[in-house]
Amino acid sequence: MSLRIHTACAAVLAAATLASCGSSSNSPSGTGGSSDNKLVILATTTSVQDSGLLDQLVPEFQTQSGYTVKTIAVGSGEALAMAGRGEADVVIAHDPETEKKLVSTGEATQSVLMHNDFVVIGPSSDPAGIKQATRAADALKRIAEKQAAFISRGDKSGTNNFELKQWKAAGVTPSGSWYQESGQGMGQTITIASQKQAYTLADRATYLATKDSSGLAILYEGTPDMLNVYDVLPVTGKAGSRVNVSGGKAFAKFMLSPAVQKEIGQFGKDKYGIALFDPDAGQTAQQIEQELAKAG
Amino acid sequence: MGLIWEGFTSALRLLWNRDPETMEILWLSLRVSLSATVVALLIGLPVGMLIAVGRFPGRKLLLAAVNTGMGLPPVVAGLFVTLLLWRSGPLGAAALLYTPTAMIIAQAFIATPLVAGISTAALQQVDPEFRTQMLGLGAGRLRSLYEVAREARLPLLAAVMAGFGGVISEVGAATMVGGNIKHQTRVLTTAAVQQTAMGNFGAAIAYGMILLAIAFLVVLVLTLAQQHQSLWAR
Repeated sequence: MSLRIHTACAAVLAAATLASCGSSSNSPSGTGGSSDNKLVILATTTSVQDSGLLDQLVPEFQTQSGYTVKTIAVGSGEALAMAGRGEADVVIAHDPETEKKLVSTGEATQSVLMHNDFVVIGPSSDPAGIKQATRAADALKRIAEKQAAFISRGDKSGTNNFELKQWKAAGVTPSGSWYQESGQGMGQTITIASQKQAYTLADRATYLATKDSSGLAILYEGTPDMLNVYDVLPVTGKAGSRVNVSGGKAFAKFMLSPAVQKEIGQFGKDKYGIALFDPDAGQTAQQIEQELAKAG
Repeated sequence: MGLIWEGFTSALRLLWNRDPETMEILWLSLRVSLSATVVALLIGLPVGMLIAVGRFPGRKLLLAAVNTGMGLPPVVAGLFVTLLLWRSGPLGAAALLYTPTAMIIAQAFIATPLVAGISTAALQQVDPEFRTQMLGLGAGRLRSLYEVAREARLPLLAAVMAGFGGVISEVGAATMVGGNIKHQTRVLTTAAVQQTAMGNFGAAIAYGMILLAIAFLVVLVLTLAQQHQSLWAR
C-alpha cells in the first residue's frame, strides 16, 4: 500500500518537473523552435547593460515591435564572437578593430549608435601625476614610469583593447608586478582598483555608476583620443542559418530612430546630472573625433 | 559592517513589501533549483541503487566517475550545456538557450552526481543481508530495492539536500545558460553578481541574505521530514 503511495508521489514529482519545463518554454520568453522568428538575441557589452539604458529601451522595443529580446551582457570580444558564430542576432559593442573583421566577412553590418568617453581613474592623490598628461598614451606612460599599480581588464573587451592600443601608442609593453590583469568586468575591475588604490581605465558610464562605492577619482579625461564609440551591428544570415536577420535589423533600426536617439541623449541626466551617452546615428567615428578635436 | 547591516535591512524590506522584482527572482530560483533537484533525484537515485546493490563489471569505475562528478565545477557544466544548446550545436533547433529550461538542464548535470554519490554511500550502509531476507520473505526485486531505500531514507534525504544546496547556490552555470535576463532567467545568485558588478553592494548582500533564507527554509522542511520519519519509524 505505502509502496503505491510513494510511487504516486514520485509520479507527481516527475509530472511537476515536466510541467515546469513545459511552462518555461511556453512563457513569454517564447522559444518554440527555429521557425519562431519573434525572438531576438542581443549580445551587448556590459557597460551599456550596467548603465540601465537597455532596461529602459528594450521593453519599449518589445511593445512596439512584438519581438521578445534576450539581452546577454558580455564583453565586446565575446559579444562579437557570438555574432560570428550566429549565436546572436544583433550586437552592441565598442571595439572598432574586432567589429571591422566581422563586417569585412559580411557576417554583420555596422552603424555608429552613440559615444561617451574613457577616463583614467585612480586614487585622488594621483601618485604618477597623470593629471599633467596631454594625451592618453602620455598618461599611461607616466603610470608605467612610476610603476604605479594599474589594473587591466585583461579580458579582450572593448575597453581592454582600447587600453592595449594606448600602451602601444605609448611605446610601453606593460609588465611587472605593478600591472595586474583582473580578467573581470568593468564594475569588478573598478572595485579591485579601489581596494588596491590602483589606476584603471574605465568607460565613463560604469565609472559614474560605481563612483560612490569605489571612491576613485577621474585623473585623466577629455582629450579626443579618449573617445569611446558604441556601434550597433545587426548580424546577417552569413553568420549562421538560425540567425533572426529581420529581428536583428528591426532592433538596430529602433535604436537608430530619432525618438530613441533623443531618449539616449537624455538618459542618466536625472541620476548623474549629465547624460551617460551622446547619440550619434548617421555619423561615423571619424566625424565624431574631428568634432571633438575642434571643440577641445 | 555598515554594508552588511544595510544588506540585511534591505533584504527584510524587500521581503516584507513583497517587492515584485525580488519575488519574481526568488520564485524562479526556487522553481529552477527544485526542478533540477527532482530531475537529479530521478536519475541519481537509480544510479546510486545500481552501484550500491548491483554487481557488474565497471561498477567501481562508475562509482569513481560519480564521485568525480560530485566536484564538477558549475562553470564546466554550464559550458557543456551551452555547447549543446547553441544554435549551431546539436540541440540548437529547440532554441532552449537562455531559458529556465536550459538552467534546469545545467543544474541537473551538477546535482545528479551529488545525489548519486551520496545515495550510493547511503544505500551501501544497509546490510546486504537485509535485502536477502526481503527476497527470502517473498518480496519482488523492485519491492526489495524499495525496502532497502526505505531503510536508508535518512541519509537519502541528505543526498536530496546536498543536491539542492549545490544548485541553488551556484552561479556559473546559471549565468552561462540563463544569461541573467531580467524577467526571464534572473535568479538570486546571478542578480547578486550583477549588483556586485554595478557596485551596489548593499543590494547584492540583500540578495545573498534572501538566498540563504530560502535555502534554509527548504532544508528545514526536508530536515523536519527526515526527523519526523525517524520518530514515526520508532
